[in-house]
Amino acid sequence: MPVVAPETHLLLAIAIPFTGALLIPLFHRQPNLREAVTLTTAAVLAVTVWSLLPQVLAGARPEARLADVMPGLTIAFAVEPLGLLFALVASSLWIVNSIYSIGYMRANQEPRQTSFYVCFAVAIGATMGLAFSKNLFTLFLFYELLTLSTYPLVTHKANDEAIRGGRIYLLLLIGSSMLLLLPAIAATWYIAGTLDFKLGGILPAGLDATLIAGLLALYVFGTGKAAVMPLHFWLPAAMVAPTPVSALLHAVAVVKAGVFTVLKVIVFVFGVDTLASTGAAGWLVWAAGGTVLLASLIALRQDNLKKRLAYSTVSQLSYVVLAAAILTPVSVVGAALHIAAHAVSKITLFFAAGAIYTAAHKTHVSELDGIGWRMPWTMSAFAIGALAMIGLPPTAGFLGKWFMLSGATQTGQWLPVAVIVASTALNAAYFLPIVFRAFFAEPVRAHAAGAAASHDDDHGEAPWPMVLALSLTAAATVLLFLAPDTALSLAKLMLEPVTR
Amino acid sequence: MSKLAEHLPILQVVVPLLGALLCALLRRGTLAWALALAVSWIMPVIAILLLQRVLDGGAISYRLGGWAPPWGIEYRVDLLSAFVLVLVTVVGAAIMPFARRSVAHEIEGDKQAWFYTMYLLCLTGLLGITVTGDAFNIFVFLEISSLSTYVLIAMGKDRRALLAAYQYLIVGTIGATFYVIGVGLLYLVTGSLNIVDIAARLAPAAAETSRPVFAALAFLTVGVSLKLALFPLHVWLPGAYAHAPSVATAFLAGTATKVAVYVLLRLIFSIFGVAIAFDTLPVSEVLLTLSVAAMFIASILAVFETDVKRVLAYSSLGQIGYITLGIGLANVPGLTGGIVHLFNHALMKTALFMSLGAIVYRIGTIKLADLAGIGRQMPLTMAVFVVGGLALVGVPGTAGFVSKWYLAVGAFDRGWWPLVFLILVTSLIAVVYVGRVVEVAWFREPSGFAAGAKDPPLSMLLPMLALAAATIYFGIDTEASAAIARRVAEGLIGGLK
Amino acid sequence: MRYVNEFAQHYNYIVTIFLMVAGLYVVIARGNMIKKLIGLSIFQTSVYLLYIEPAKILGGTAPILDPAYKVYSNPLPHVLILTAIVVGVATLALGLALVVRIDEAYGTIEEDEIFEREGDA
Repeated sequence: MPVVAPETHLLLAIAIPFTGALLIPLFHRQPNLREAVTLTTAAVLAVTVWSLLPQVLAGARPEARLADVMPGLTIAFAVEPLGLLFALVASSLWIVNSIYSIGYMRANQEPRQTSFYVCFAVAIGATMGLAFSKNLFTLFLFYELLTLSTYPLVTHKANDEAIRGGRIYLLLLIGSSMLLLLPAIAATWYIAGTLDFKLGGILPAGLDATLIAGLLALYVFGTGKAAVMPLHFWLPAAMVAPTPVSALLHAVAVVKAGVFTVLKVIVFVFGVDTLASTGAAGWLVWAAGGTVLLASLIALRQDNLKKRLAYSTVSQLSYVVLAAAILTPVSVVGAALHIAAHAVSKITLFFAAGAIYTAAHKTHVSELDGIGWRMPWTMSAFAIGALAMIGLPPTAGFLGKWFMLSGATQTGQWLPVAVIVASTALNAAYFLPIVFRAFFAEPVRAHAAGAAASHDDDHGEAPWPMVLALSLTAAATVLLFLAPDTALSLAKLMLEPVTR
Repeated sequence: MSKLAEHLPILQVVVPLLGALLCALLRRGTLAWALALAVSWIMPVIAILLLQRVLDGGAISYRLGGWAPPWGIEYRVDLLSAFVLVLVTVVGAAIMPFARRSVAHEIEGDKQAWFYTMYLLCLTGLLGITVTGDAFNIFVFLEISSLSTYVLIAMGKDRRALLAAYQYLIVGTIGATFYVIGVGLLYLVTGSLNIVDIAARLAPAAAETSRPVFAALAFLTVGVSLKLALFPLHVWLPGAYAHAPSVATAFLAGTATKVAVYVLLRLIFSIFGVAIAFDTLPVSEVLLTLSVAAMFIASILAVFETDVKRVLAYSSLGQIGYITLGIGLANVPGLTGGIVHLFNHALMKTALFMSLGAIVYRIGTIKLADLAGIGRQMPLTMAVFVVGGLALVGVPGTAGFVSKWYLAVGAFDRGWWPLVFLILVTSLIAVVYVGRVVEVAWFREPSGFAAGAKDPPLSMLLPMLALAAATIYFGIDTEASAAIARRVAEGLIGGLK
Repeated sequence: MRYVNEFAQHYNYIVTIFLMVAGLYVVIARGNMIKKLIGLSIFQTSVYLLYIEPAKILGGTAPILDPAYKVYSNPLPHVLILTAIVVGVATLALGLALVVRIDEAYGTIEEDEIFEREGDA
């Protein structure tokens, strides 16, 4: 039985990262202690979030109310299976990512590490708040906080390229959320009189289908973090950030916050049935499907490894949106599963990319010939991540796709099926060559590029914390396939009315 | 004590007035500062007591010298004026602890006492405008505050401060004279100067067709609009804000334009009433058009400025646009948004200008190019700037969001969806002009001026941090801001209470 | 005849308005800072007339209760304008002081020359 009341428990989960953010600067001059604070905070957070799991599986839905900002606008939290799933993934991966960050930041002698860890902790806190938000207003609040707290991380390098990337990042994310998402929320409030999430939707019956479709468009494109084209530019631009940021935030927290918002809005604001009966989400299948394929095509042409991963993320995010747009319970479960599955596998890929950069100072796919033998752990993990992207067993990526496909075939929607099949082929086309090069191509040493090149190739694995981290996430990718019970039951619970 | 409690309204004027006199006699900078500090800290106490009494028992009427209105001058504190009194006095109280070092740094020793004298006179004028219920008396206090403001601006270090002061003097005097002309016309029509009495005598049926009344409204509105820097009557403001001493800028940005808006509210809602202003005359349409123009043009000008003080001055013009937009919407949510933005904008802009004042104190310049890396050298100061900047943008969780939400709801209520969009687009422009400063301050290597700087002493830092904290607090708990603003708005729309 | 009549009746207002517009014109059209202040003073003075004229009643005296007098002028506008004159004098004094300082700082009191020296302002 829980030692603390469920409400306190919930608020703790949100408060812990922020507390960490306050504590970290105190140890500005003692890096070891500072990193210890980060790790401890991450661990305590993960324990807190995991201990919410049994309660939720048992049917409890803890709620907490923080403040009434205005009549009708409250900052309130509620644990709900989908949010919990997202929080579990994000908080668990934060531990792994912190281990990785320590290795990465020290090995690359990055400046201003204290502010890096502070912003990171704030971003995780915002993610927790977003995952547990009870209404649209709270979600929006933490959505913006997440953007703002990750902005300094994107511009961390503080060179011209980073500042330019930061501008695109900030303007696109804040811009879309201010110009589209906020009016959507205000309109929802104006139409429905409430912003609280409710299974089956909160919009009154009998609304015009065009209006619903328009509102949905405001939500989907307003959630720039979901990176549905043409609002995806920020993600490749954000790749100037240090790799741990790309890994946890731009493969997990930030982007998943985007698709989480879309999923949440479809299920809890519009209601799957309303959208299905009015046909107001028909266009979304096209938009998401188009993004999946286009982003994959662009990824094919990217030589910069992180950019290729970024476009792959754009494409994978739209899987989730696509799955939600299919509007069957099975596909929505698939969407939820894919949030978790893509998180663990994409973070593995980024970890590997960062490890390659740290050990070999290489950033481009074309430079990776034969690197697999120098960095066997890293590249094996990369291979597992790649398999998950393609959606092959025995990796987690298979699960989500399976549910999406069965949802689409059950209702006879052949467009999504075609998209998924085509994109699987494309995914294979841009990931398998990397693995192939790494293990089977001749190392670049052969064509004499001079002393510098040969010195560059004189490397082994990255520092051990990084290797440990990427091995853990690779293992998790496989484990999620072998033992998907927790994720699956949470995803299914999401669609069941609360029975206490 | 109860004897004294009856005289609270007049104390709002008398205390700073006597303080100003004493300051002038003291002649020593530090002593004058101590006195100004004491006065500034007493004032919010009185104002909050007044607000409390108004909230409990309705409007307070105070007869100056015991003469009954409408013959004698009546001081009248209703919810709106109490709200503005609290706003002005709180800004004053927050600035004074900050002032000592900043003023000592920017103004020569023998003139410091005069600075505090003028500050207290300005406070007297602003509070007097708010507290009085007599239209001509408003003019007198308006000129007290204006004359002292000209002096405050002229005390700036740069010689351009003199020019800015002169230009403001010309424009300000024209504005005040327009106001007197309007009052004169009203007096000719009604034979009264008491605001409540004028409103009662302007019987709607007769007044709606009366040309002198329309002319009076026009003169009054234009006069006050000059004072509150409504676009396109704003040209004096950027220069004045940019060249005045930091403390004066922070104080004026937080209070002077706000009090002018108060007068506008009084005119439209308490004197002429909704029927004349909005039904017969197109005040609403004019205000909306000018407000949107202000929001866009000023924000865009702010983007291209290289002097950060000017950036904020232009931003102020845009933010005033939000306030007048709320008035122009002429419904309860819109007006609530406008009134609460008076308060919220005062908090955030004062905090912002104080952070600039701290930078001037440390490095002596405020040009954007000189601020490279200042964020790393003065992290707390720039943190205040960032918080204020976020509030300008209207990020949820800051006070700015509350204002914009109400304005958006007001626009929805009128069925003007595109207006919501325009409000949000200007917020986005704010991202750009705040972002420019943030980029330079945090993501450039410290060099030149900024290299050796560090955060200012606590006496300057604490007031700034307090205001920044308040900016966030009033974004989360709006019981004391938006809830009161809403009651004020309901009272104004419903007519005089 | 009617127009002459109208003119005669509103004669005082016409003078007031003429002074008002003339003053304002000088403020706007002149670049010399002293002349601007003169214009401003004329503008303000016109307002004094606006208040005083309607309050003066021909043959009326100051409102001192005395059985000998029946017709009084309205004292209130006179008092108000006394205040306004004080304000006007203060403004003029301050304006002139500023012009002296500007002359010291720039060596001229012509606005266009000053703007030339500053570039912006």
